[in-house]
Amino acid sequence: MHELALCEAIIDTVTRHADGQAVERVEVRIGHFRQVVPDSLMFSWELLTDGTDLAGCELAIDHVPAVIECRSCGQQTSLDAPILMCRSCDSTDVTLVSGEEFQIASIDRAREVS
Amino acid sequence: MGRFHRHPDGAGHDHHHSDVGDHSGYLETGTERVAIGENILAENDRTADRNRADFAGAGVTTVNLMSSPGAGKTTLLKATITSLGEQLRLGVLEGDIATSLDADQLGGLGAPISLVNTSAGFGGECHLDATMVRSGLQRLPLDQLDLLIIENVGNLVCPAEFDVGQHARAMVYAVTEGEEKPLKYPVMFRACEMVVVNKIDLLPHLDYDLDQFLHNLRAVNPTAQVVQLSARTGEGVDRWCDWLVATRTPPQSVGEGSRHRRARRHPPEGRDRD
Repeated sequence: MHELALCEAIIDTVTRHADGQAVERVEVRIGHFRQVVPDSLMFSWELLTDGTDLAGCELAIDHVPAVIECRSCGQQTSLDAPILMCRSCDSTDVTLVSGEEFQIASIDRAREVS
Repeated sequence: MGRFHRHPDGAGHDHHHSDVGDHSGYLETGTERVAIGENILAENDRTADRNRADFAGAGVTTVNLMSSPGAGKTTLLKATITSLGEQLRLGVLEGDIATSLDADQLGGLGAPISLVNTSAGFGGECHLDATMVRSGLQRLPLDQLDLLIIENVGNLVCPAEFDVGQHARAMVYAVTEGEEKPLKYPVMFRACEMVVVNKIDLLPHLDYDLDQFLHNLRAVNPTAQVVQLSARTGEGVDRWCDWLVATRTPPQSVGEGSRHRRARRHPPEGRDRD
């Protein structure tokens, strides 16, 4: 539901780093526990970039799985639902290793023509 | 695993890639990959930090109050202002997509209200972000407040993602919403230090398993504090107010009246200018 706002934020950051050059591809890393609907993000991206310098720029979404590590037995568990419990020993004393990422990883920018 | 990976032409493909370098084959001559590594909400977070600094400067504690539509935020706020009005100087920043209905309900209770309608932009934002809160702060006498409650837009998804500079996050959950909500909206339930379980006066009329709800809540957020209350009858509202008063402790640790002395943090050469 807030994908439009997220796309506005992505566009601002990308424009700042584009340095006036054309940007062909943007990669974002989004953790499994973030509430982002990929189709909505893509739709918002096309809607907001249409007719701008970023029109046609590819938005690539790198989905990062949610993984916890158990402090008791050391096992790592990949989670679908957000139940923070170790699958090996049922301990809830766990740390979240990944799954909350919300990052603009990189942009592919045209090299400056010399 | 890369669970999804789509391109604007509609073609989707699944593949695993351990790092962005795997994509080097995409690069054509003439482009360079620039690593950014910036949080998508970095700009919002910077504004939230400015809000936080302003709150600290004015000595006001801020609570971001969230819930689904109709869970009872406004009714709880009315009860809160009535109950705490004598003890604390309260202010409310009221976020709503449109209309001033909630703000009107809270008017006349003695607390300054600042209304932020989020309907500018694309048909109405579903949340308050740090910039919207910042704009609403201009209409509040921060220096004359002890506690500011930000009533966020009724929505269990988006408000959880946006830091607005608050000291604590609380949510109002109504028993009429069902036991499974923490599992369906884990980001919201994980984001909050305080979960108010509202409308408990309705429990005799509902097929509702409170223990099951608490179990689900613990599964996603083992440390959240819980207060069960009825904003309508007033039962339990005192325990919510106690929690609000307790959130005031950290910013006040410098001592009462610290807001008037905040300029003297580093007296030069040990010379105390006061």
